[in-house]
Amino acid sequence: MDRLLFLLAAGLARGAVLALFALSLVIVWRAARVVNFAQAAMAAAAVYAAFHATAATGSYWIGLATGLAAGALLGAAVERGLMRRLPAHAPLPGIIVAIGLVMVLQAGLAIAFGPEHRPMHPPFSQRPFVIGGVPLLSPYDLFTLGAAAAVMAALALLFNRTPLGLRLRAAAFAPETARLAGVRVPRMVALGWALSAAAAALAALLLVPTELGLNPHAVDLLFVNAFAVAVIGGLDSPAGALLAGIGTGLLVSLVTGYASASAAPLAVLALMTLVLLVRPGGLLAAKEARTA
Amino acid sequence: MSALACDGLTVGYGDGAPVIDGLHLDLAEGAVTALLGANGAGKTTLLRALTGLVPLRAGRILLGGTDLTGMSTEDRMRAGLGLVPEGRSTVVELTVDENLRLGGLWRHKAKARKAAVEEMYGLFPALDRRRRTPGHTLSGGERQMLALARALLARPRVLLLDEPSLGLAPKATAQLLGVLRETAARTGLTVLLAEQNAASALSVAERGVVLSLGAVAADRPAAELAADPALRHAYLGF
Ligand SMILES: Nc1ncnc2c1ncn2[C@@H]1O[C@H](COP(=O)(O)OP(=O)(O)OP(=O)(O)O)[C@@H](O)[C@H]1O
Ligand SMILES: [Mg+2]
Repeated sequence: MDRLLFLLAAGLARGAVLALFALSLVIVWRAARVVNFAQAAMAAAAVYAAFHATAATGSYWIGLATGLAAGALLGAAVERGLMRRLPAHAPLPGIIVAIGLVMVLQAGLAIAFGPEHRPMHPPFSQRPFVIGGVPLLSPYDLFTLGAAAAVMAALALLFNRTPLGLRLRAAAFAPETARLAGVRVPRMVALGWALSAAAAALAALLLVPTELGLNPHAVDLLFVNAFAVAVIGGLDSPAGALLAGIGTGLLVSLVTGYASASAAPLAVLALMTLVLLVRPGGLLAAKEARTA
Repeated sequence: MSALACDGLTVGYGDGAPVIDGLHLDLAEGAVTALLGANGAGKTTLLRALTGLVPLRAGRILLGGTDLTGMSTEDRMRAGLGLVPEGRSTVVELTVDENLRLGGLWRHKAKARKAAVEEMYGLFPALDRRRRTPGHTLSGGERQMLALARALLARPRVLLLDEPSLGLAPKATAQLLGVLRETAARTGLTVLLAEQNAASALSVAERGVVLSLGAVAADRPAAELAADPALRHAYLGF
């Protein structure tokens, strides 16, 4: 029972990070109809920026802000420099370019900073609070949960409650109609990429201190799981990403705790297969496909 | 003074023959002009070229004193042009209210935006009752109304409409064109109304322009066009 509580609590923190990264994939999918396979490499680059900013200033928070800014800039740059130049209405070029970008970015990071793992220190203790003899979340877990939840809530507010959010959604759903309403669609697409990449950078920044350390591949596994999460949730659905992220985080934590860590990827795959068998569009896929 | 003037417009797709070929057209300020022509005559192509959704091969477009020719679609809309496109341009993922607000988003003052939205709900009570309704559940007529309301919300100086009567019952068409005519008379809006349904378009228009073989084949007062048996037979099909 104690163990179950501990695993559930750990799964919640893990799930929040997963959900945030999955949300970043959903945002870019909605903005540009691209599954951004380069999201992990871009996030890793942003974390390197954070790492060096922290090393230079000694402040975790300056590093965090630098990482977010670097992520946003990189997202906008990838859209302006690469994705915008691809032919519209065909998914394959975007995927191929994204995979190419993974190779370039990861090789570039390895050349610049070396392949070794550089430990990153969390700003709060990772020693769990013990409540009634049961070790539960650590202060850093709480920080992770809080930061991920706050950013997801802020994004939901931005998209659903502000004029800018309405423009972002209209540009994503119906670019021509949006342009006819005077919305500068290219700017909205670039902004979507920037928001997405910054969210992914934050997820990576929260995750890396709990793992071996920073290296060019440090975010790869997070991407694989978050991609599964985004598909499970319905690639188009922010709420689906949240729900599936928390669910998958709990599942991974339980399987890791009761079986073994090596069984966890298999469990995620099994969950994805099961969900897709029952609901091919994902848990919260849009009820009616677009016709225009 | 013409509200919209185009000169030597040539438009085509790919490297095919031009669909619009050296067309001249002047729209008088505050007038409703019907744009008529057989299927495939190029009405949609002309309207899309005016808004920049289809590139020009040659020619110039002036809106009042502003040269629109090199501008993006977004900037033309901000300069005072509006288009209600062919078919149902409702964004199905958004609610009625969000679809409507979209039309006025680029205006800076939140208060002015809100007032414009409420004004449209006054003009279209059927939409007012369905503010929170998701776009994908609207009927064809409601969608057409919503598209017109969104376009009017932006307070364009020149509004282009592409077959607003498509798929609408005669009563709904009459209502829609009635609102259009009334708004044009009240605000001095200039309207170019492309229609298959020549009779109903000419009934609200002051002038009719017939498009054929990529150019203007006739440009006359609406009543005269509607009454000319030869023209009716050759181009208008009624
Ligand atoms: N996207 C396109 N690519 C190639 N040719 C096109 C395209 N759109 C229209 N055309 C051609 O241009 C010509 C004019 O078409 P357009 O849609 O402008 O006519 P229309 O007057 O609006 O007809 P309708 O009354 O049927 O709506 C047609 O011959 C059509 O085949
Ligand atoms: Mg047409």
